[in-house]
Amino acid sequence: MENNQLILTQKLTKIYPMGQHQLYALKEVDLSFGPGEFAGLVGPSGSGKTTFLNIVGSLDVPSQGQVEVLGRRIETLTHKEAAELRKKHIGFIFQTFNLLPVYTVFENVEFPLILLGLPSSERRQRVMEALEWVRLADRANSRPAQLSGGECQRVAIARAIVKKPALILADEPTANLDAENSHNILQIMARLNQELGITFIFATHDEKVIGYLKRKITLVDGRVTKDETYSSQPGMEGHHEAS
Amino acid sequence: MKLLKLALRNLLGARLRTWLNVIVLSFAFVTIIGLQGVYEGMNRQAMQAEIEAEYGGGQFWHPEYNPYDPLTLQEAHDSPPPEIQEMINKGEATPILILQGTAYPQGRFYPVLLKGIDPGQKILNIPSFVLNDQEEEFPALIGTRMAESLKIKAGDKVTLRWRDVNGTFDAREATIVHVMRTTVQAIDQGQIWLPLEKLQQLAGMEKAATIVVVDKNIKNIPENAGWVLKDQKTLLRDIQELVKTKTVGSSILYIILMLLAMLAIFDTQVLSIWRRRKEIGTLMALGMTRWSVVKLFTLEGALHGILATLVGAIYGLPLLTLFARKGWGMPEAVDSYGFAIGERIYPIYSGGLILGTTLLVLIVTTIVSFLPSRRIAKMKPTEALRGKIQ
Repeated sequence: MENNQLILTQKLTKIYPMGQHQLYALKEVDLSFGPGEFAGLVGPSGSGKTTFLNIVGSLDVPSQGQVEVLGRRIETLTHKEAAELRKKHIGFIFQTFNLLPVYTVFENVEFPLILLGLPSSERRQRVMEALEWVRLADRANSRPAQLSGGECQRVAIARAIVKKPALILADEPTANLDAENSHNILQIMARLNQELGITFIFATHDEKVIGYLKRKITLVDGRVTKDETYSSQPGMEGHHEAS
Repeated sequence: MKLLKLALRNLLGARLRTWLNVIVLSFAFVTIIGLQGVYEGMNRQAMQAEIEAEYGGGQFWHPEYNPYDPLTLQEAHDSPPPEIQEMINKGEATPILILQGTAYPQGRFYPVLLKGIDPGQKILNIPSFVLNDQEEEFPALIGTRMAESLKIKAGDKVTLRWRDVNGTFDAREATIVHVMRTTVQAIDQGQIWLPLEKLQQLAGMEKAATIVVVDKNIKNIPENAGWVLKDQKTLLRDIQELVKTKTVGSSILYIILMLLAMLAIFDTQVLSIWRRRKEIGTLMALGMTRWSVVKLFTLEGALHGILATLVGAIYGLPLLTLFARKGWGMPEAVDSYGFAIGERIYPIYSGGLILGTTLLVLIVTTIVSFLPSRRIAKMKPTEALRGKIQ
């Protein structure tokens, strides 16, 4: 495998047993992602987008093939090593935000830093920086139940970026948001990509998200059918030029 | 420390659910200590009363004496051996002559033990001095239970019959000079106390005794003084066994209390894992291992025990202190309980009891919290994130 890639998959296959039959969620997917990418897996439901993100995020393992993330072979990692990889290098953004309901905004964002064992003063500084990024510093003491959907997703973004990961995996991040909130959070993520160099990989079928992507990979029935990159900057909706 | 902080945060964040569990658990905690304290107090009080009124520091028994066989009484009397007599002379021991007899109160007959005691003795906490009554020819002292049984009161006369040294029946009318109130049934029920010398004289058993009670402050009691030495520990064994039996009975109550509290914790844990399965998936996605999540949930459950201890201390300390000071009023019915119980029981809460109960609550809570949490270890993060449990 090449070492300059953040993610590299070779013949990645994921099979789910379905009674007597087998369901191929991914079939021999060969993809690579470099640092600073703003890419999306696009396709209909059941095309394997989430499965791909789960495997790359070390939440699942491939049935066949090889997956290398940040130099680590996912299929060989123990539970502990996989958790360590997620803790240090990978951020997740979910469709349903997945905030911890009993925590305040501040505590939710602080959570990954507690796992990393950072001292209290550094945690506070980094949490406030992350909340500034998503323009929620004034809601630090609110609980998720007191926030709108857009605000919740911004908290989730802050939680994902606060540990300054190399990679953020976002699974349908705009599916529960209205158009205005969707654009807000996409602009935030595009800015984080540009200014901090964080790699974003989306799983989406939302046209609004697609409009921001630098690279669009189309999956159909677990296979890559198209892999397009665009010369224009993210956020320049409608100005994509495939190369 | 990291997990503890997170567990505490989760627990306090759950607000009402947490506090309801904590209150139930603290109630069980305080009740267990309270009940155990009452039993401990009852135990100590009973033993103290038995020592003061009956056993002293130990007893010398005539070799023929068997308290469980009244037929031995006819032969179980003699002058105490010299070494024991010397202790009597020095005021370190007091002799008691015990005879099998019959009381005839108002035409009825009632088998009793006639006990002769030195009216001037200071060894036992019995008001024997009332037997010094010079006005009455044959003064007698009884307890309230005996008075109730015989339906007699102070000033009444009652005919007593016994066998003398030759086995011949003899009888005399005694006057009840005093009815004593005592918690020790063994010196009350079925017994009539008489002046020792008078009883010895009437029974033709001069200088004879059946048992000799040693002062409780005498430390080194000679073992081979001629009669059978029953030390304090041996004499208290029966009452200790009795208390132990009662304690086992009370244990059932606090086992039920603990089970109820543990059921609440177990239920909360199971519900918590079910309700928070997406959260569990999120925790794993954020970098926690499965076992870290198991530990987190177990710790959350176990912290119920710690919070319950703290909450229990807030209301339990003043409450139990109040009981320890004011005592616990005993209904009259418990007089038939089998051993000396005062009108009020003063609970004793030892350090061992409090520490032991606290540890018990914490260990049991932790185990009960761990059992359902083990399921998390089998969860796949992807399934948990989708709200599924294997």
